[in-house]
Amino acid sequence: MGRTLAEKVWDDHVVRRAEGEPDLLFIDLHLLHEVTSPQAFDGLRLAGRPVRRTDLTIATEDHNTPTLDIDKPIADPVSRVQLETLRRNAAEFGVRIHSLGDVEQGVVHVVGPQLGLTQPGTTVVCGDSHTSTHGAFGALAFGIGTSQVEHVLATQTLPLAPFRTMAITVEGELPEGVTAKDLILAVIARIGTGGGQGYVLEYRGSAIRGLSMEARMTICNMSIEAGARAGMIAPDETTFAYLEGRPHAPKGEDWDAAVAYWKTLGTDEDAVFDHDIFIDANELTPFVTWGTNPGQGAPLGANVPDPASFADLQERQAAENALTYMGLEAGTPLREVKVDAVFVGSCTNGRIEDLRAAAAILEGRRIADGVRMLVVPGSVRVALQAVEEGLDKVFTAAGAEWRHAGCSMCLGMNPDQLAPGERCASTSNRNFEGRQGKGGRTHLVSPQVAAATAVLGRLAAPSDLTPDALSSIQHSVEA
Amino acid sequence: MEKFTTHTGRAVPLRRSNVDTDQIIPAHWLKKVTRSGFEDGLFEAWRKDESFILNRPERQGATVLVAGPEFGTGSSREHAVWALQNYGFHAVISSRFADIFRGNSLKNGLLTVVLPQETVERLWALTESDPTAEITVDLEAREVRAGGLDGTPLAASFELDDNVRWRLLNGLDDISITLQNEADIAAFEATRPSFKPRTLPVA
Ligand code: SF4
Repeated sequence: MGRTLAEKVWDDHVVRRAEGEPDLLFIDLHLLHEVTSPQAFDGLRLAGRPVRRTDLTIATEDHNTPTLDIDKPIADPVSRVQLETLRRNAAEFGVRIHSLGDVEQGVVHVVGPQLGLTQPGTTVVCGDSHTSTHGAFGALAFGIGTSQVEHVLATQTLPLAPFRTMAITVEGELPEGVTAKDLILAVIARIGTGGGQGYVLEYRGSAIRGLSMEARMTICNMSIEAGARAGMIAPDETTFAYLEGRPHAPKGEDWDAAVAYWKTLGTDEDAVFDHDIFIDANELTPFVTWGTNPGQGAPLGANVPDPASFADLQERQAAENALTYMGLEAGTPLREVKVDAVFVGSCTNGRIEDLRAAAAILEGRRIADGVRMLVVPGSVRVALQAVEEGLDKVFTAAGAEWRHAGCSMCLGMNPDQLAPGERCASTSNRNFEGRQGKGGRTHLVSPQVAAATAVLGRLAAPSDLTPDALSSIQHSVEA
Repeated sequence: MEKFTTHTGRAVPLRRSNVDTDQIIPAHWLKKVTRSGFEDGLFEAWRKDESFILNRPERQGATVLVAGPEFGTGSSREHAVWALQNYGFHAVISSRFADIFRGNSLKNGLLTVVLPQETVERLWALTESDPTAEITVDLEAREVRAGGLDGTPLAASFELDDNVRWRLLNGLDDISITLQNEADIAAFEATRPSFKPRTLPVA
């Protein structure tokens, strides 16, 4: 019987297989950041162990880094200690690091792909659940805990429990104004926050094949929000074109050998998935969340749901809690929900295409009075590219704040936070209680919806803007 | 890692589903660079509310958390496990755990036990009606035991991978086990294709 993409990548990395033991898998790429690594390095130090493969390890600073005044010492002493700890550990153990101020610094899941380190058929891990992002390249990529970070540092392997496979087949074409973000929010609303548990998801079908690499990353990024071990997309010409010429992509004969290998990775015709989900792309619309977990979402055109409409008792209670926290009334049209803040950024939607999409909508417009909008590029490279294209000017002219690269308001570990009760349309991936700041209320949206929402001051799609504005969007997209 | 064989203690019923790791330990706690001292951060936002279950006098000293489904979703932060342990929990019972959280807990000796939702409901009912009721989590027998509401004792068996159980029972650390197979790792490394990525700066 044929094998799936995930099974092929897994099989190619088995270091040791023994009856009654989990497979020991080799790890091709280990990404580190400041939050989940200090205790792991401490463990190495205590045991007197070195990092086994510094040539397969790379660190960046992202979660704690400020997005303003980055040339000044970091104000929060605890954040500063954590960043200094990573720098010290990297120096002591010989690990490559991109610190604040470095041109390759940025959110770890933006940095790996843009350097060309994330490649098809590799195993990628990081002490961060959104490592699933890298699956967009056909890599088997997953988040790990700090004990596992230490394990990979020491051995470059991980003992891993077997997984099940789920195909999410999306056929058709995404309608105008509907993005990868809307698609993945709809998938999570459909299968639930635990629906992917134990599974590696493979996104396939014509709608997926038609997506750019960046859009594919948005989808794989949020696989974890469905509880999945990982999300993957088979590598194809789009993948190869994205990788070719990147600093760490193979060169010359190695490139040819790599592409030949990558082409063998796709799921075999006769392979069987443990579970199948089908989605019609043509029926999708802009999607937003109304609750406090990413599965609590609905089409933008819908109303805030009535908790009584949930048959399942747990879901009903969860919806009641969520509406209380979010300060929403059942039955309110989502389009009437007013926001105080808009955040464009994160490893979900902080790449150049996302910034272009938001800028195209903001071009020649102002954000609504009283709305604060933060645009935070996912990496310094993304920021430089945006500046080269003049996008930063578009954002500031519209009244938004153009910031330095990092995780920022995605989780509010740095000063970028919501105040209690503030409501935010955010292109990030988690709407958990307090995620963007204590008492903050988050609605997950696409960059397009974020920009339109900023302009109108309420949850909105680009199509809600006046025809005038729409034609200017059309214009700048073509330009 | 400490061994886990069997544990008996009073319980905290947490009637909530989708308890994500941002609730278990909020992000600002993650700036610490140690594995200890997270107890005050556990469920920090909810603990501001005096009536929150963890704040009730009758729950002080409880060591078994009985939670709703999808416990531990979200971020991979192992700090969530450390916070539960630092606070004094030895075991968490739920009908479903998020994968990464479960993996993290078992690597630290915090036993996460999967039981059917009906059993979780019975445990909730039991410990709500009698906060002094004790729950035993027996890893050797792979069984959870407690008194019954109606006098019939509850005994529910649970599944746990043999290998994981063996490691927990013996308190073995994964890294030393893996390093016993160092020769296998070296052999694998010798066969890796040259096109695989390397992080060393490109000239
Ligand atoms: S951008 Fe957000 S989700 Fe992504 S790595 Fe940073 S904190 Fe995590």
